[in-house]
Amino acid sequence: MSTITIIPGAERQLRNHTSAAQTLRNSLAMAYRGLLKIKRTPEQLMDVTLQPILFTLMFTVLFGGAVAGDTTSYLPLLIPGILVQTVITTSVVTGTQLREDMDKGVFDRFKSLPIARIAPLAGALLADTVRYAIATTLTFGMGYVLGFRPEAGIGAVVLAGLLVIVCSWAISWIFAFLGVIARSASSVQGISMIVLFPLTFLSNAFVPVDTLPGWLQGFVNVNPVSHLVSAVRDLVNDGVFGLDMVTSLVGAAVIVAVFAPLTVRAYMRKA
Amino acid sequence: MDTTNDWAIEAHDLVKTFGTHRAVDGVDLQVKTGTVYGVLGPNGAGKTTTISMLATLLRPDGGQARIFGHDVVAEAQVVRQLIGVTAQFASVDEKLSATENLVIFSRLLGLGRQESRRKAGELLEEFGLAEAARRPLAKFSGGMRRRLDLAASLIAQPPLIFLDEPTTGLDPRTRTQMWETIRRLIASGSTVLLTTQMLDEADQLASRIAVIDRGKVVAEGTPDELKATVGSSSLQLRVQDPADLPTSLGIIQRVLGIAGTISPEAARITAPMTGVDRVTDLLLELRAAGIALTEMSVQKPTLDEVFLGITGHSAEPTNPANDTAPTRINA
Repeated sequence: MSTITIIPGAERQLRNHTSAAQTLRNSLAMAYRGLLKIKRTPEQLMDVTLQPILFTLMFTVLFGGAVAGDTTSYLPLLIPGILVQTVITTSVVTGTQLREDMDKGVFDRFKSLPIARIAPLAGALLADTVRYAIATTLTFGMGYVLGFRPEAGIGAVVLAGLLVIVCSWAISWIFAFLGVIARSASSVQGISMIVLFPLTFLSNAFVPVDTLPGWLQGFVNVNPVSHLVSAVRDLVNDGVFGLDMVTSLVGAAVIVAVFAPLTVRAYMRKA
Repeated sequence: MDTTNDWAIEAHDLVKTFGTHRAVDGVDLQVKTGTVYGVLGPNGAGKTTTISMLATLLRPDGGQARIFGHDVVAEAQVVRQLIGVTAQFASVDEKLSATENLVIFSRLLGLGRQESRRKAGELLEEFGLAEAARRPLAKFSGGMRRRLDLAASLIAQPPLIFLDEPTTGLDPRTRTQMWETIRRLIASGSTVLLTTQMLDEADQLASRIAVIDRGKVVAEGTPDELKATVGSSSLQLRVQDPADLPTSLGIIQRVLGIAGTISPEAARITAPMTGVDRVTDLLLELRAAGIALTEMSVQKPTLDEVFLGITGHSAEPTNPANDTAPTRINA
């Protein structure tokens, strides 16, 4: 320390304003931190690795015969459904981890640093897209192993994967909001599951809609998850960019438009 | 920009309320640039809350504070560029290694990839953590964690550093190492505000001390000035029969020329003293008066004595019985 000369506080040129470039830099640094944490605690990836493999296998074998006659003809219906369900479920972690982080001492240090206030939040949301990518890849991979051969080819599969990642990222804002306002990580987990189960299961993800009672069909048809599942099916099975895709993207945009300001406001009050 | 060179910290009438509890109740602090300032007080006195407001972590409910002339509320982002904070509870990432922690903080502070690595390496070397650089923090001892925490506060070479109880919970050897580190920090020209519960620590490191109690500054001055109020050492007496207390106090007053206080748990007399050798005279007088003692010792004054001396009550924060003046004797 003897070699370091401290520049006196009064002689420094400082600004009380954070530029957009700095905000981006800080957010990327926080995303890098998120990735490092994933690397250091690979057990955190259990949900995005085991769930796609296990669920795809279980659902195919369990429902394949009953729903579609045999497992192979169930796959084009199931894989898009399970993909959407898995990746959306993964986005809950954004909320729980954000809550855990905010309760820790390290968050106090972030608050005392001259960084963009939004960076820890933006970084977390950014790093989690990697988790979605892993879950997406594994689900398609498992589908392939079970005999799923998408009609529309690899390009459509990649596009469908991106669509699911974008939509899940949008939905993760809901869970980030819960994470910011909730008292504990376990309560975030609890509330999120209550939101999530009806959304993912009361959809067309696993069964054809016309097998459902009329009153339920009404809900299933407006459920944004159904539209996303249909969009993925259209894309990978027929190579079609349908109306469902537009609906999904608009839905995602609406979620971000509503929850991003809410989350940021609640977050800034605490940051 | 209107900045002053003289004051690193100017706080005036700072208030922070949690519910109905006034954690900080009108604190004034003035810290000269380039000095070490000690804030001394028991648990719950409002030390951490005060630091949190000065370091922009908490918004004050009343009063103002300026860091090198910049308001902590209006110019929070400027203030953050001037300070380093080492909190009481290690504010580093448990799941990452020491190097990774420092690299991330460096990157956040705008250093490039290479520069961040170099800086992290330098600081780890400086703080004797180079060997543990790649180990996960879960395996770090309390002292290592504190050192890493301090290292993280120094990345940007801030001119003002807050150290919140830097040695609480450390063993004596590690504490001495930490003091050594803090002294070198001071030598580099930084201004340091440190909180502590130990008079000895404030005495060792700080050039001025504020004693804080229940959210208020109750005394302020150089360590010598403060010690003068409590004496350089402290006499502790316990008499066998509580009825002898008034007589004993009289004898102490006569022989040593100082007023003793009866501590809250009663039957124990504490008196500040300057000359240890005069204890002999006192003991002889007490024996002549036929007062039997159960305990007698001469100690360095503790925080408790400073409190007794300054505030008239003991340092334990939450005991309402402390409100009664301990010098009153109901014999």
